[in-house]
Amino acid sequence: MNNHDYFGALGLDRRLSLDTADLQKRFYEQSRKLHPDRFVAKPQAEQDAALEASSVLNDAYRVLRDPVSRAEYLLKQEGFDIGEQRSKDVPPELLEEVFELNMALEELRHGDEDARGSLDQAHSRFAAMRDAIDGELQALFRAYDTVQDRAVLQQIRGALNRRRYIRNLVNEVEKELAPK
Amino acid sequence: MSQMFDIDFSAHKQGRIVGIDLGTTNSLVAFMDLTGPKVIPGADGGNLVPSVVSYTREGVFLAGNPARDMLIDQPERTVYSVKRLMGKGAADVRHEVELFPFHITPDSDSVIRLQLGEKVLTPPEISAQVLGQLKRNAEVFLGEPVTRAVITVPAYFNDAQRQATRDAGRIAGLEVLRLVNEPTAASLAYGVDKRQNGVVAVYDFGGGTFDISILRLHDGIFEVLATNGDTHLGGDDIDNRLIRIGLEDIASEWGEDISKNGEAVQLLRRAVIRAKEELSFVPAVLIELDYHGKHYQREIHRELFENLIKDIIDRTLVPCRQCLADSGVSADQIDEVVMVGGSTRIPMVRRAVEALFRAKPHTELNPDEVVALGAAVQAGILSGDVDDKLLLDVTPLSLGIETMGGVVSKLIHRNSTIPASATENFTTAVDGQRNVLIHVVQGERELVKDCRSLARFDLKDIDPLPAGAARIEVKFLIDANGILSVSARDARSGKEQSVEVKPSYGLTDDQVEAMILESIEKAEADFNERQVREARVEADAILAATDKAKANDAWLDLDDAARQSIDTAVNHLLLVYHSDDHNLILAKIDELNQATMTLAEKMMNTAVSSALKGTKI
Repeated sequence: MNNHDYFGALGLDRRLSLDTADLQKRFYEQSRKLHPDRFVAKPQAEQDAALEASSVLNDAYRVLRDPVSRAEYLLKQEGFDIGEQRSKDVPPELLEEVFELNMALEELRHGDEDARGSLDQAHSRFAAMRDAIDGELQALFRAYDTVQDRAVLQQIRGALNRRRYIRNLVNEVEKELAPK
Repeated sequence: MSQMFDIDFSAHKQGRIVGIDLGTTNSLVAFMDLTGPKVIPGADGGNLVPSVVSYTREGVFLAGNPARDMLIDQPERTVYSVKRLMGKGAADVRHEVELFPFHITPDSDSVIRLQLGEKVLTPPEISAQVLGQLKRNAEVFLGEPVTRAVITVPAYFNDAQRQATRDAGRIAGLEVLRLVNEPTAASLAYGVDKRQNGVVAVYDFGGGTFDISILRLHDGIFEVLATNGDTHLGGDDIDNRLIRIGLEDIASEWGEDISKNGEAVQLLRRAVIRAKEELSFVPAVLIELDYHGKHYQREIHRELFENLIKDIIDRTLVPCRQCLADSGVSADQIDEVVMVGGSTRIPMVRRAVEALFRAKPHTELNPDEVVALGAAVQAGILSGDVDDKLLLDVTPLSLGIETMGGVVSKLIHRNSTIPASATENFTTAVDGQRNVLIHVVQGERELVKDCRSLARFDLKDIDPLPAGAARIEVKFLIDANGILSVSARDARSGKEQSVEVKPSYGLTDDQVEAMILESIEKAEADFNERQVREARVEADAILAATDKAKANDAWLDLDDAARQSIDTAVNHLLLVYHSDDHNLILAKIDELNQATMTLAEKMMNTAVSSALKGTKI
C-alpha cells in the first residue's frame, strides 16, 4: 500500500538493527533541508515538493525509530502478509497462563479485590515475556542484517505475532489495575 | 530601525512577516527586530489588544480597547471571547450561551452566526476585525504595508478550528504563512536565548484554552514529542465561577436577578476579573459592584478562591499526564517547565505544576507576551532571517475515516510529526457506481459518533465498472499548519480523481472568498467616504476664510475682475460640495485657492504693515 522507501529517505541501508541516536541525527539533518518552513519564498512547485518530501521523511522516522514498526514495515516491503493479526489465537505455550489470567481478570471485574495480587504477578510475568521477545527480536535483527535471509524474516514475523498477543494482554491487565 | 542603520532590506521586498497571538482575551502582534522578537504597541502605547469587537450604531467596527469600553455601554453590539466559537457548530456551544453574552442567531447550524446590532457575522469575520486592528498597529509602527503573518493557535485546536483561524486571517487581508501552536511558539521565544538542549514542558493556561506540550530541544531543533489539552478550559471558566457567586448573592441581597442584564453582568465580570488578578498577589480581595444606586460587595479569601477553582486546575493535570505518557519521557526527565498564559499567575496553578513535573516552573518571561514573541521568531524562520532554528510540530488528534458500522479506522495517529500523510485504497460496492463518499473524523475514540466530524470527501466521476473493480488511491496529507488536504487518483489509469470537499463545520472556500471581497469592497467604501469627508472639511475651511476675507480692507483693493473670479470659484465649489467625488471637490478647492491668491497676498501685506505700525506705537 505504501511504496515509499523509508530507509532511503533517511539515507540508510535496509538494515533492521539501527542506532537510534544516529537515526535521530539523520532525521534532524534531513528536516533542516526539507521542512516546508525553508521553502516559503520558493515557487509553488518547490513548496509542494518539500511538503511531500518532508511528510515522507516524518513518516519514515516514525516507522523506523520503533523496532517493532520498523520490522513490520520491512516485512511488508518483502511481501509478507502482516495485515490484521489473529491476535485472538493463543500461542499454545501460553494457553494455561492466559486461562488463569482471564479468570483473575473476571474476578476483579466482579469486585473481588483479592484477584489484584495474582493479576500483579501475571502482569510482571507477561511483561518479562515481552522483554524476552524484544531480546529475541534484537538477535533476529542482527541475524537478518548479516544474511538477508527470508527464513529469518519468517522467524521475525512469528516473534512479532507473539509479542503483539502478549502486549495486548499486558495492556488489558494494566487497564484493569489502573486506579479508577 | 531601517532609517538608523545602513542595512540591506532587499530580502524584505514583500514586506515583513509579523507574528500574531490571536488570544481568547487579548491579542498581540510582534516582529523580528535585529536584536530579537519585539511586541508592537498600539496607538495607546499598550501591547495587549483586547479580543473584543463592537459594531457601532454609526456602522463602524471597533476592535481592542475602544470595543472593550462598549461592552458596558452597548453589550448587545459587542462581543468577546469569540475564539471559543471558532470552528464550532451551534449545537456545540449551547451551554456557553448561559454565561457568555453571545447573541447566536436561530439559523446558526454548522456555522455559528452572531448578531451584533443589525449585523450578522461568523466568528472568523469577528476575529478578522481583531486581526485587522493588529495589522494596522503593525503598519503604523513599521511604516510599511503588512500583508503576511504567522498566527498562533492552541495546540489542541482541531482541523476546523485551524481553518477558521486561517479564514479570519484571509478576511483581514493577511496571507497566513503558517499556523503555529501556541505552546510551541512559547518554547521558541524561550529558547532564543536560553537552553540549547534538553526536554522542556510548556504549560499554557490562557483565557479560554489549555495546552500542554513536551519538546526536545537539540541544537536549534524544537521537536514536539507530544501535545495534549482542552480547547474549552481557561481563565474564563474561573471568572464564571466568581460571577455565579456574585449573581446568587445579588439575587438574595437585592431580590433581583440581574443575570439577563448585559450591562450589569459586564460590570460584575469586570469586578471579578480585577479581584481574581489581585488575588494572585494578596491573600484577600473585595468584589465590589455599584449599579444604579445599589451596592454589592463581598470579600474573597484566597482559600475560598482555591477551593472554588481546584477542580478546574485538576482538569489541566489530566492532559499533562497523558502528554507525559505519550511523549515517552518521565516527569523527572523534564529539564524545564515554561509557564504561558495569564492564568499561570495564579499561585495554586504554579504549585500544581511544580508538584506534577517536580521542577520549579519558569515565570521570568511575561506569560501574556511569550506566544506572540515566539510567533515573531517563527516569522523570522519563514523569512530566512532566522536560519539556525526549526520547529517540528505534531498533530494533536488522530485522523481517521468512517468504516462499516460507524467504526473509526485510524490513518494518522495523534502526536505524529507534521507534515504527515497516509494512503488508503477505496473501491466501489455496486456495479457502475460513480461516487465514493469518505467521511473523515478527528479524535481518539473508536466510534465515529464519539469523534469530531471533519468533512466528507466525495470521489466523483469514477469510471463505471463492476463492483470492487475500481481502485482509487486516496492520499490524506496533514500539512505543517496541522490542516488536512485530500487528493485521489485512479490507481489503474494513474489519472487524478476529482474530490469534492464538504466541511462539517466552518466556511466553504466560496464563502470565505465572498467575505474577503466584501471586506475589500467595504474597505474601499470606507476609504472613499473618509476622503470625501476630508475634502469637505477642507472646503469648509477655505469657504469660511474667503467669507472672512471679504470683510477685510484688501477685498476693496481688488479690481472687479478679481472679485468676480473669486465669487465664481466659490460658486463652483458650492456646486460640487455634496458630490461623492473627493477629487472634484479638491479640484474646486484648488480653483478657489488660485483665485484668492492675490487677495491673500494683499491681506498678508496689510497684516505685516499693521503689525509693523503696531511695533512703533
